[in-house]
Amino acid sequence: MSSAGVESPFKRVAADFAESRLALVGLATLILILIVAIGAPLVSPQNPYNLATLDIMDSKLPPGGQSLDGMTFWLGSDDQGRDMLSAIFYGLRISLGVGTLATVCALAIGLAVGLVAAWFGGWVEAVIMRIVDLQLSFPSILIALVLLASLGQGVDKIVIALITVQWAYYARTVRGAALVERNKEYIEAATCLALSTPRILFKHLLPNVLPPLIVIATVQVAHAIALEATLSFLGLGMPITSPSLGLLIANGFTHLMSGKYWISLYPGIALLITIVSINLVGDQLRDVLNPRLQR
Amino acid sequence: MAVLVVENLKTHFFTKAGVVKSVDDVSFSVNAGKVLGLVGESGSGKTVTGFSIMGLVDPPGRIVSGRVLLEGHNLLDRTDDAMRGLRGDRIAMIFQDPMMTLNPVLRIDTQMVETVLAHQAVSKEQARELARNALGRVGIPSPDERMKAYPHQLSGGMRQRVAIAIALLNNPRVIIADEPTTALDVTIQAQIIFEVQKLARETGTAMVWVTHDLSVIAGLADEVCVMYAGRIVESGPTADLLDHPMHPYTKGLIASIPSRNQRGQPLSQIPGMTPSLLRLKPGCAFRDRCPRADAACETAPAITQPTPARALRCVHPLTEPEVDTTG
Amino acid sequence: MLVFIIRRMLQSLIALLVMSVLIFVGVFAIGNPIDILINPQADQAEIARATAALGLDKPMWVQYWEFLQHALAGDLGRSFSHNIPAVQLIFERMPATVELALCAMLMAIVLGIPLGLVAGMKPDTWYSKAIMAGSIFGFSLPTFWVGLMLIMVFSVYLGWLPSTGRGHTTVLFGVPVSFLNWDGIMHLMMPALNLALFKLSLLIRLTRAGTREAMLQDYVKFARAKGLSMRRIVGVHVLKNILIPIVTVIGLEFGSLIAFAIVTETIFAWPGMGKLLIDSINVLDRPVIVAYVLIIVCLFVVINLLVDLLYSMLDPRVRLAEAKA
Repeated sequence: MSSAGVESPFKRVAADFAESRLALVGLATLILILIVAIGAPLVSPQNPYNLATLDIMDSKLPPGGQSLDGMTFWLGSDDQGRDMLSAIFYGLRISLGVGTLATVCALAIGLAVGLVAAWFGGWVEAVIMRIVDLQLSFPSILIALVLLASLGQGVDKIVIALITVQWAYYARTVRGAALVERNKEYIEAATCLALSTPRILFKHLLPNVLPPLIVIATVQVAHAIALEATLSFLGLGMPITSPSLGLLIANGFTHLMSGKYWISLYPGIALLITIVSINLVGDQLRDVLNPRLQR
Repeated sequence: MAVLVVENLKTHFFTKAGVVKSVDDVSFSVNAGKVLGLVGESGSGKTVTGFSIMGLVDPPGRIVSGRVLLEGHNLLDRTDDAMRGLRGDRIAMIFQDPMMTLNPVLRIDTQMVETVLAHQAVSKEQARELARNALGRVGIPSPDERMKAYPHQLSGGMRQRVAIAIALLNNPRVIIADEPTTALDVTIQAQIIFEVQKLARETGTAMVWVTHDLSVIAGLADEVCVMYAGRIVESGPTADLLDHPMHPYTKGLIASIPSRNQRGQPLSQIPGMTPSLLRLKPGCAFRDRCPRADAACETAPAITQPTPARALRCVHPLTEPEVDTTG
Repeated sequence: MLVFIIRRMLQSLIALLVMSVLIFVGVFAIGNPIDILINPQADQAEIARATAALGLDKPMWVQYWEFLQHALAGDLGRSFSHNIPAVQLIFERMPATVELALCAMLMAIVLGIPLGLVAGMKPDTWYSKAIMAGSIFGFSLPTFWVGLMLIMVFSVYLGWLPSTGRGHTTVLFGVPVSFLNWDGIMHLMMPALNLALFKLSLLIRLTRAGTREAMLQDYVKFARAKGLSMRRIVGVHVLKNILIPIVTVIGLEFGSLIAFAIVTETIFAWPGMGKLLIDSINVLDRPVIVAYVLIIVCLFVVINLLVDLLYSMLDPRVRLAEAKA
């Protein structure tokens, strides 16, 4: 019937994805951000957390100002004399790192829980899904706040809070998708062949459950980053030793009124660009991977 | 006097993959009180023909050429607003699946009354009266209760009767029925066909009945047009056409009806598949599946009239001596 | 119908009970329970006295029972920093938060649904695409950052709107409200807009998706075949169909709106429950934290129940299915 050979699903997805220029822009931006974030020590003009390189006399200079040893503060400096551009690069690193780590862990946990629930069914599934539903009926920020209030501060506590907030969403999506797949014939066939349960789960069920997960995970990274930024802004997030973009913005809040907007504005823009790019990519992925919109 | 005349209608769909000629030079006419059957397989263009007449063809589709005359006036010349005034009033349509065409969250009376109020300057109570009468005419008992119901509370046959009632509300001149009984069981089907036939005669409404089911046509239509790949390949009075088909496709269709089969014999089929409308080759669209095809079929056959009442698009009609090679 | 209501209420009560157990266990298991109930500055002797007086040497389930009794009587401890019962403190601050949340929800609905309808009806026009692009920004921008930018633009540079506090309030049915006087409204605008932005974007996207799907349905084509005006088709046929999931979302999101008010209130120094929570976390005023969580949980359960009822009222198919069951 069709003349072309069967093309790999990956190629088809990539081709469909490329149909939206906006999404491509998002993807390009994202890659750029990733490069900058991972290579922060290499691309930053200054290491803003090496106290030896800072000079308090350089503080609160507007964008374009010169430091005492001739370095240009392209985006200005903050109240400690740190170069905003460098602080943003390092901040990106931390924000992205924390967000991605939390998402990946939450994904793994949610995946495992969802698969177990869908596969075993019965009361196991009922109990798990009740817990999931209960957690999902509360807004993420509340859960995170209460957890942090009880656990205290620290990078690891934040990651735990972020994971706790996210895993239930994955679990529910995975279980839903797995339920649909479980009733399909190829699973029945695999069971008839007496393949072991883990094998069926991982080699057969998992690949078919993956597409909606990819979409959700992408958008959830953005959500995690935003949540971490919010928590840091509220003073409950990252400690001052590893400032994420949220903390940078919080630092600049007090200077907003005196007109030194750059301390808050540029980290905010960096955060904005990151989240928007991720959402653009995630949006297009969702449209492309949605079976109901298949042309 | 012909109420509806379709002349050389062409509706094409301009898709990314190419131009799909869903309706490619279709012509027919229907008189008041008569039923015209439009027969064809899925993809033959019969539904798009109906939509074209109603002016409901959506992009990427477009009516490219032709005329559609309702009581002498060309509908294709009308503005959108004028067309909207005619739809549901002078010309109405019944769809295939009443569950999907009736809005599930609105009551039956709401959906009927709004049809009246859109076209007639009457009060709500008068509109309800008209609705109640219409339900009575299609044979729905205790119409008051039914009117307060929601679509999913009615059976399939009942819903389709409601759809027919809605079509009749404003006494249209033409009703286009697009496979209205396909989704129903055979007994209900028979009832509805009977009701419709009776109503058409009583009210003098012209009907175009689109279907793929020849047995429905046999019991209902006064005239038949057979469509294939966007063109009408044969047309004429029902009894004459079914008894003496002239186009090989028509003959194949008739032969493939299971009830005509001898017990124990393999079911007769037309070999091959309907061609993709994207990649139509020039010439007769049926020639790849026709046992009588030869080089002459590579030019698109023109319409001929072997008898005054019959029209045909074939260079090797069945009235000729046998040409087929399969034997 | 009545059976349905009773059944849902029972389920809600059970959910509430379970949550209270969880909170109790969580609070009392994670930290030293005495910390919850006593000023962190207390000395050893006081701690010992309080431990005995508060019955913290009793077994866990006895403590839970007493906790429950106190809770049902409305006693959830006293705030350290304010020295009034925690419940009273929270209820004092609640009207401000609820007013903010209601205002934000109203803004989101009044702007979001029409914009979404427009975007859904003609998805390929430039303005439709602009609306969608805008909505992506709307839910990508972290609320706190938008708040900062709003303050920067409207307070610092333009000087049009005040950036902190609630302004003048008038009393309505014994509750202080802001929207009845101009000064109050000026103070209300930015926080409400800030809070509304996320939901607005969400509603736009939801309405658009629903409208797009609805426009492809057969009943829309049938309505056109009946000769109905576009206004009626969209305003009655399409809207009623898409409203059902949207109302559900709005209802459920209202609770999250109250939670996200925490951020907005902090930025704009709006004297509501959210700001109270942050302040309490910062000074370790634990009775208030516990009280806040419990009250919010109750609120959520009530909201979920109301949404369920509303859903069944709007969708005749659900109502009748329940009646048969």
